[in-house]
Amino acid sequence: MANEADTAGRYKQTLLAGLWRENPVFRLLLGMCPTLAVTAALKPALTMGLCVIFVMLCSNIVVSLMRNLLKPHLRILMFTLTIATFVTIADLFLKAFQPRMSEILGPYVPLIIVNCIIICRAEACASKNALSLSIIDALGMGVGFTLTLCVLAGIREILSTGAIWEVAILPAGFVPWAAMRMPVGAFITLGLLLGLVNAASKKKT
Amino acid sequence: MDTLNILLMGFISIVIVNNLVLTKFLGICPYLGVSGRIDMAFGMGMAVTFVVTLSGTLTWLIDHLILMPMGLEVTRYVCFILVIAGAVQLVEMYLRKFFPTLYESFGIFLPLITTNCAILGLCLFINLWGIDNLLEAVVLSFGAGIGFTMAICIMAGIRENLNLADVPECLKGAPITLITAGLLTLGFMGFAGMIR
Repeated sequence: MANEADTAGRYKQTLLAGLWRENPVFRLLLGMCPTLAVTAALKPALTMGLCVIFVMLCSNIVVSLMRNLLKPHLRILMFTLTIATFVTIADLFLKAFQPRMSEILGPYVPLIIVNCIIICRAEACASKNALSLSIIDALGMGVGFTLTLCVLAGIREILSTGAIWEVAILPAGFVPWAAMRMPVGAFITLGLLLGLVNAASKKKT
Repeated sequence: MDTLNILLMGFISIVIVNNLVLTKFLGICPYLGVSGRIDMAFGMGMAVTFVVTLSGTLTWLIDHLILMPMGLEVTRYVCFILVIAGAVQLVEMYLRKFFPTLYESFGIFLPLITTNCAILGLCLFINLWGIDNLLEAVVLSFGAGIGFTMAICIMAGIRENLNLADVPECLKGAPITLITAGLLTLGFMGFAGMIR
């Protein structure tokens, strides 16, 4: 019985680690390129997040299943090929069912292949752990990543257009900050958010 | 004359106006990670320039000579990432054999170039922009590398001076680097719309 409770506790911890303690963007500083590039508005950010969750989940499952067959010097190549396959699936799916979104995201969907978070999780978790823990880990990390993207995108969309999810919420007199839609806004918002997270976590300890 | 003009414009555009790091957010990880010292930044820039030129050319050739005639565009991403990983491996072996000192100084950065999004990104952009001329693809890839080197060296120069500045405690490290990068892109926005 004690053993069972232990396993459950470990699952919960792994799931929560991705959300805050080891949040991929704020804590590990991984996957910066999509974080900065697709967060001009909430919709593309959410789409991107879902794609990353899908790819990470599938690649973690496959890597975890073949972890005993991997040769050490070939493992990174195998990870990359697995990820590339699932990214192709996600990209074709988006092109077929969400053509507008696919156009907005453009090359950033295929660029998920070189997103460090997914390789990092394959290497650090899936290649060492059993299937169930790998799935939980992928979900935790993926949801953590998506939430971060959405926070950043929400801030930028409100300030750049006065709307969120394309619904206006700020009064009509609001002058949109055009710079927030540009690269400048992405870099500075993320920098300030990181500073906030640092300050908040320092107070806790 | 006309070809030369197009090539020159393409080169300037990818180095300054459409700089991969500052306007397309590609290669941000090494941009933040390796820009602590200017000599390391320059070494990284040179390695990336070499790999990006090689893989940009190779992927263009593979795309146009193998994948398109055979209708295998679906496997494009898998092929591209294989070419890049192979090119990095090739560079690594070549350097280790013929320039051991240079190899030592690159260290861990060399294998890391495989996951540098600037390289895969450029291969995809060449495909997206519909470049149908080998020479243009080579010049664009080379320009992308030079642009990356320029951006990372500027950043390293700023960060060396930033060490002496009085930065608020919670902004130290990555946050202030991101804010600096933001201000840098603001500067580069001035070039936007100059060409294309």
